[in-house]
Amino acid sequence: MALYSEKVMDHFRNPRNVGVIEDADGVGEVGNPVCGDIMKIYLKINDEKVIEDVKFETFGCGSAIASSSMATELIMGKPLEEALSLTNQAVTEALDGLPAHKLHCSVLAEEAIKSAVKDYYDKNGIEYDPKDFPDPEVESCHMH
Amino acid sequence: MFVYADNAATTAVSPKVVEAMLPYFTEVYGNPSSLYSVGQKAKEVLEESRERIAKLLGASPREIYFTSGGSEADNQAIISAARLGARKGKKHIVSTKFEHHAVLHTLRELEKEGFEITLLDVHENGVIEASQVADAIREDTALVTIMYANNEIGTVQPIAEIGAICKEKGVIFHTDAVQAVSHIHINVKEQNIDMLSISAHKFHGPKGVGVLYARGGIILTNIINGGAQERGKRAGTENLAGIVGMTVALEEAVTHMDENNAKLAKLQDRLIEGLSKIPYSELNGDRENRVKSNVNFCFEGVEGESLLLLLDDKGVAVSSGSACTSGSLDPSHVLLAIGRPHEVAHGSLRVSLGEDATEEQVDYIVKSVAEVIEYLRSFSPFWGDLVSGKRQHIFAEHTVA
Repeated sequence: MALYSEKVMDHFRNPRNVGVIEDADGVGEVGNPVCGDIMKIYLKINDEKVIEDVKFETFGCGSAIASSSMATELIMGKPLEEALSLTNQAVTEALDGLPAHKLHCSVLAEEAIKSAVKDYYDKNGIEYDPKDFPDPEVESCHMH
Repeated sequence: MFVYADNAATTAVSPKVVEAMLPYFTEVYGNPSSLYSVGQKAKEVLEESRERIAKLLGASPREIYFTSGGSEADNQAIISAARLGARKGKKHIVSTKFEHHAVLHTLRELEKEGFEITLLDVHENGVIEASQVADAIREDTALVTIMYANNEIGTVQPIAEIGAICKEKGVIFHTDAVQAVSHIHINVKEQNIDMLSISAHKFHGPKGVGVLYARGGIILTNIINGGAQERGKRAGTENLAGIVGMTVALEEAVTHMDENNAKLAKLQDRLIEGLSKIPYSELNGDRENRVKSNVNFCFEGVEGESLLLLLDDKGVAVSSGSACTSGSLDPSHVLLAIGRPHEVAHGSLRVSLGEDATEEQVDYIVKSVAEVIEYLRSFSPFWGDLVSGKRQHIFAEHTVA
């Protein structure tokens, strides 16, 4: 079996929603260069709390780019609450699986979205439970 | 265009080698241990191969042991020297931080048994100095094991000098010559090498066969127990076709080494010059003191696995020392050993050219790498931070090749 599924390779070769939203309502960045992956998610959120647009930038391996791409597809046009409930398992399943040592890439995608939503909440004075969001202080490399 | 540029990983078996091997599958298929003629013919060819290999290394045939490859040879060499040392109460081994894992992991196992391991630091240029070895050797040192040429960055170590030091101090000296034997002239006697490992598939021979040279007088410890093959030191029916293939391949490599090196040196210059033009990139390992087939670069702001997968789409087969490609948390221990920070070690690329490489192929590699780097940087937040000044560059924008 090849390292990656065809779905992963498709999203890696032709990533969806790549880029920057200049006037984003929420921006989230997770990972760090020492670990070898950084994901940045930009959200455009309308008054109905629906994700009108989402873009990503990623530094990382093939599965990191594919996970970002898939995650943006999964939340595009969705209500914020739905985006918040996106799990790394859902990203992995949508990609037809990831190798065990690459699962952390899907975790990063989930956390990048949550971190972007948190940024939106912060900017708009919306209250939330910090426990529901990744801790930005945690800088150790992921390995799941 | 398809360019296979990962010859440090493995090479294509040359047609001449394949041709030489074929009779030993279907005609002279006898077991060299059998007494009837098809067995004895096999035995003859086996011993003739041993003589030919010995001659190429400056050894005597009795010092040549056929193994399943470089890893087995490394394991057996190190364990044998450790056992010999332990008998005399010597339980200290000197090696380096950037050895192949076949060496490092064997040393780690010995450490669990109570051996003390000194791993020498490697200079930024990817070379260790013989004086470091001299300083590290103690009364209880059983073995010095240092690779001839590094598998990732191709840098060549001062093996003859280290050999002389070890001889003077009476310490067994092993070298993993897997990446060197087809690029550097080796003579185990002149270079005072006591033990040496090589692997056929790195020089257009078949996979699954290699050699452990052990100087006469060094008693090997079996890794594989069973029959009395290889003078009782390595059980298992000999891989005769493989051994014949390896012999022909090594003869070819050694015979054409100088002309191959002259040709590869020009291509290496061209490749280094081309890749140096990519902004914020740097060559890993010494510019001159490296095997002529190897070029290894780090690029800021990109990750190596993405780089090599996209190069594969363009028909360029290369490798990377990123953590992603190794399946571990850390990037290449070799790049870390020469002082590269994690963040650029993740963005490394190793190109190892074959002797049949062309200028056109080198130019295609450079063009492809430049395109892929530019593309990956276009949506890399790490690169964005470097450009915006949020993070500091590690390399200069342009280095002089």
